[in-house]
Amino acid sequence: MDLLRFITAGSVDDGKSTLIGRLLYDSKSILADQLEAIERASKSRDEGEIDLALLTDGLRSEREQGITIDVAYRYFQTPQRKFIIVDAPGHIQYTRNMVTGASNCQLAIVLVDARHGVVEQTRRHSLIASLLGIPHIVVAVNKMDLVDYSQDVFSNICIQYAELAQKLSLSKDVTYIPLSALNGDNVVDKSVHMPWYDGKTLLSHLEDVAIDHDENLTHARFPVQYVIRPQTTDLHDYRGYAGKITSGIFRKGDAVTVLPSGETSTVEAIELAEAHYDEAFAPMSVILHLADDVDVSRGNLIVKSDRQPIVSQNIEAMLCWMDTKALKAGSKYTLQHGTFRTRCVVREIVYQLNINTYEEATDVDSLKLNDIAKVILKTAQPVSFDPYTQNRVNGGAILIDETSNVTVGALMLRGEVE
Amino acid sequence: MKLDYLDQLESEAIHIMREVAGQFERPALLFSGGKDSITLVHLARKAFRPGKFPFPLVHIDTGHNFQEALDFRDWLAESLGERLVVRYVEDTIRAKGLKEPTGRNASRNALQTFTLLDTIEEFEFDACIGGARRDEEKARAKERVFSVRDEFGSWDPKRQRPELWNTYNGKIHKGENVRVFPISNWTELDVWNYIKRENIALPPIYFAHERELILRDGKLLATAKGVIQAEEGDQIVTRKVRFRTVGDISCTAAVESEAATLDAAIAEIQATRISERGETRIDDQVSEAAMEDRKKGGYF
Repeated sequence: MDLLRFITAGSVDDGKSTLIGRLLYDSKSILADQLEAIERASKSRDEGEIDLALLTDGLRSEREQGITIDVAYRYFQTPQRKFIIVDAPGHIQYTRNMVTGASNCQLAIVLVDARHGVVEQTRRHSLIASLLGIPHIVVAVNKMDLVDYSQDVFSNICIQYAELAQKLSLSKDVTYIPLSALNGDNVVDKSVHMPWYDGKTLLSHLEDVAIDHDENLTHARFPVQYVIRPQTTDLHDYRGYAGKITSGIFRKGDAVTVLPSGETSTVEAIELAEAHYDEAFAPMSVILHLADDVDVSRGNLIVKSDRQPIVSQNIEAMLCWMDTKALKAGSKYTLQHGTFRTRCVVREIVYQLNINTYEEATDVDSLKLNDIAKVILKTAQPVSFDPYTQNRVNGGAILIDETSNVTVGALMLRGEVE
Repeated sequence: MKLDYLDQLESEAIHIMREVAGQFERPALLFSGGKDSITLVHLARKAFRPGKFPFPLVHIDTGHNFQEALDFRDWLAESLGERLVVRYVEDTIRAKGLKEPTGRNASRNALQTFTLLDTIEEFEFDACIGGARRDEEKARAKERVFSVRDEFGSWDPKRQRPELWNTYNGKIHKGENVRVFPISNWTELDVWNYIKRENIALPPIYFAHERELILRDGKLLATAKGVIQAEEGDQIVTRKVRFRTVGDISCTAAVESEAATLDAAIAEIQATRISERGETRIDDQVSEAAMEDRKKGGYF
């Protein structure tokens, strides 16, 4: 069985929590005691019907305010597939949470209120999906019950969105589904109210969407996490490099290069505990052995020599700023790229992207929480990366504040600059 | 080329454990002898063999354990040749003059936190790996894989670090520590299926056996001298049961079961309509935010 991680993007009133609740409820993924608990809670708020949104709002302050304030993860499975739902709040002040949630997802459900069509927040969520390189998009046109299940309304929204998708060079795989999360139309069960819609229900699409080719198998990348050296009498010369293959395939005998040093060797063995492999591929965690005694330590990247990444100290990147303390051009941070850390300075803010209008503002010298910008970085030591658009894991990095130690920025690395 | 979901979860968990080894000076693996921490130990074997674990196994012993779990704990540490550190809640109670909760359904759950925080201080642990899963409880659904706790061990859901891709930021100040949850993304059923696939040994209480129990408010509690006794309204019964979770004997309920094998236990979990904690943990049912409040206080 395979695994699909998807994010649901929608603002406070789009019915996102209700949609997740409905998905879990109609696929019978809610257990009896959990259901009783939300029935009790719904009653105590005097709302009459069961409020499926209560399933997802886990924290005290969320229940108090009736909104989602942080990313939550939920799990369910059908006979076809296992699912991890990344439930991220969509409100503008939580842009950083959506970026966080989107970083690991293969699919995004963008909720659109049928009454309002493509609005500012749709543009915002789609921009983030595009920046974070999510391969599959579902446009869930919700609240169809409030527009008399009108086919015209749905078609117009599809046309509007297709324009947007083109502008953003969003994933080629965009699917449109008209639904009502509140009533359960086309979520798990086919709606009787929309006979004109002959596509799949949301769940059935989630079960079928082809994700086999999402993994990057062309760029073999292995960030070294830890060197295993038992140093016992029987394993005196054992030296294994522990890590996870983040993309691509490694085979015994492959010529490899250790970055950033550029030393070369070949793969002598691939193992994990008692298992030995002739080849291993992303996202397997393994131990690599090299034929030669080269210098390898945590933070190094082992790659297949025939397709090497960019190794540079001058990098152009898209940045989502995640801290309440503003970023000022010229400030220094720690950059963490996989297992590698180095200091860096934000040399220049090239432009700030208006996440609602997509306009690029130049002459910006500082960034606030949730701002997105194109920046130029200079790092203390070279970073071995691929452009994010080609390799999501080896193209992503974070910025860490050197005094608070907090993760303050998400970087989508783009390329080398002069 | 596609990994099965259990392989994906395993690979992710191994990666997280190795990040702990790579980023921290003095980590620990919290080990109770329950199925989730047994799974962690198995994953640690995969992550670090043929080397030694880069951390000791640490058990915060409430003194209210199932003997079967303690025996298993000692056997496992011994057979792996790994270091086991045990610290006792009993000692903390005496040293600090703490008041034990009394009354119906009293447990040492809250007191455990004191011993845990003292142990972290004693050994200067900077990271504690734990077997918590996000599917257990709605407050846990929000928890990061690397969850930073302040010097009081406190979890602040509003101050969590963003966690992107599979990049984990474990940088902390002295005195702070990180709780790390490698099986965050596993469900109860995933754990069982993995235990079966990997042929992992478990303490016998996870399988059906006859036992003397206290029937209280519809829940079956194991009898244990000096820890839990029958009170008015309780009934002493003998039933064939198994335990779905192994927590403190004072607040972990058994389920009636005929499942004597792994296959049968998995079939039973697949068919159940009641969640793991809902069915067995009395301490979570105190209020709507019981777990969240305990975590803010430093509970793991």
